[in-house]
Amino acid sequence: MPRLTNGAWVVFRKELLDSLRERRALISAFVFGPLFGPALFAAILGFTVSRQVDESLQPIAVPAIGAANAANLLGHLHGALIDIEHDRFADVRALRDAVRRGDVEVGLVVDEGFAAALRSGAPARLWVVADSSNNANQIAEGRLRSALSAYGRIVGANRLQLRGVDPAVTQPLAVLTDDVSTPSARAILILGMMTYFLIFATLLGGIQVAIDATAGERDRGTMEPLLTLAVPRSSLVIGKFSCTLLFMAASLGLAIASFGVAARFLPLAEVGMSANLGPAVCLGIYCAMLPFAVLGAGMMMTVASYTKSFREAQTYTSLAMVVPALPIIVIAMNPLQPSLAWMLVPSLSQHLLVTGLIKGETVVATHAATSAASTVLLAALCVFATVMRYRSERLLI
Amino acid sequence: MSKRFGDIHALREIDFSAADGHITGLLGPNGAGKSTALRILCTTLRADGGAATLDGLDIRAAPLAVRSRIGVLPHNANLYGNLTARENIAYYAALQGMRNRAEAVAQVMAKLDIEDIADRRAKGFSQGQRVRVALARALVHDPQTLILDEPTNGLDVMATRALRDAIGERRNAGCCVLFSSHVMQEVAALCDRIVILAAGSVALAGSADGIRAATGCDDLEDAFVSVVGNSSDGDDAYRTWVG
Repeated sequence: MPRLTNGAWVVFRKELLDSLRERRALISAFVFGPLFGPALFAAILGFTVSRQVDESLQPIAVPAIGAANAANLLGHLHGALIDIEHDRFADVRALRDAVRRGDVEVGLVVDEGFAAALRSGAPARLWVVADSSNNANQIAEGRLRSALSAYGRIVGANRLQLRGVDPAVTQPLAVLTDDVSTPSARAILILGMMTYFLIFATLLGGIQVAIDATAGERDRGTMEPLLTLAVPRSSLVIGKFSCTLLFMAASLGLAIASFGVAARFLPLAEVGMSANLGPAVCLGIYCAMLPFAVLGAGMMMTVASYTKSFREAQTYTSLAMVVPALPIIVIAMNPLQPSLAWMLVPSLSQHLLVTGLIKGETVVATHAATSAASTVLLAALCVFATVMRYRSERLLI
Repeated sequence: MSKRFGDIHALREIDFSAADGHITGLLGPNGAGKSTALRILCTTLRADGGAATLDGLDIRAAPLAVRSRIGVLPHNANLYGNLTARENIAYYAALQGMRNRAEAVAQVMAKLDIEDIADRRAKGFSQGQRVRVALARALVHDPQTLILDEPTNGLDVMATRALRDAIGERRNAGCCVLFSSHVMQEVAALCDRIVILAAGSVALAGSADGIRAATGCDDLEDAFVSVVGNSSDGDDAYRTWVG
């Protein structure tokens, strides 16, 4: 036993020194994984949120055909910060083409008989010209539609009042919403993606170290002399695994910290959300995710040691990175509630725990323990498989 | 010992010995099974059949004990480019579980005359420097047996000479040195005992003089060709070995 731990410690120290002198490993662990992901995430998020916020406060211009027939309507739309452009397009065809090309977000066509129909009490026709295949226009279209129906309601209510009827009779139901979500729970719509980024950051952090320490060592011709030394193969594997784990754990910590910092600058409050990412929550997330780093290190070691060359190792480890993300993608489509059974599934269990933490829920102790135990058990199996590989002569031939 | 890789018989029941205080050379053309035989003795490969003992230890039963008694310089062995020569050697010393490591590392570096590159990273080393550091790494724990697989490949004259001196020194210290080569002159100049391998079998073993006498050839090269090929046409013989 002393030989095992002593050997593993020597290997760990050497791999650490070697990796700290390897620029590729450092960039992968401390720049790409932890900083690139959150930065990208924050940029996309900041952009989306600020767009939602800004667009409802800013006037939009909507080109229209035949709007001269609807003077009152125009006044109402103006009040809703919608400015109608009368002369921009000569006919309906030109307007439709512009919408299809994306030059115009949304257009309005007013029927020639609009004013007459309105006067006679018949439905007065309007067309909203929109392109439903273009997501970017949805906000403008929505604003136009809601302003139009609001106008319709006002006109309808006026008609009823003129006839001596209380407009309220046309509204037998008053459907109100009692939203029980908290601002931090609503933020999960956006921050739920965070686990996904954390998993990638963790794996990216150690992938280079795992490859260098196994397939790389064989490729460069340093593996064979190493295997002739009086060190148990398990010590070699444990030393290399520990160094990979250290890099992954460091990368994970950095990623969470940079999420915590980035969240302070996100305008979440303006859309009724709040980022529950204070130091205590970040620490909780780190503890919940740490077993995954153990599994990630084991997994990458196994994959890299079963490949024949550096290149092959890079290909297969990149493919292997997708596997832990799969359960998260699946439940993004079919959301499920945390249960003890789901805690047996690595990466999914971490996702559920992290999501709970961000929502501000109390973590169920048995859940956290089951998640950690099942993940570490799988990691141990990976390490065992790697040791078997190191004991086999196939490692060299 | 016997060893197969799929359908290929790499070794067919080869049988030889190497004694302490002697340099034993495994001589043979490419593909004769030299590397396979040495790798089995280093415990990195396992023989399919037969047995080998080192200092009375069964290599299959006690691989760790065997490994602590050998120093190995495998074919095309490389160093860790991010580590200095000293760190490379110290890493092996630590893995061998040595105590006064710094002292042992300094001694072996002095012996192999690599103190001038001790604290340079191995990335930029020449082939000669690399082999000398790799040899120092293999010798740092003062092993009783030294195993070298084609150590002089790609070395210039000066580096080859330095390597020969180091090997000779080990012999004079009473150690067992086993090394492989396909260069006849080298084996003839250095070895006390020669084992000629061809197509996975021992074709002949003995001293250089003994081999000359057994084959009736004055020139060792002629003797080699006659033993290995059993034919005066060397090309034909070569084709039989590799085929």
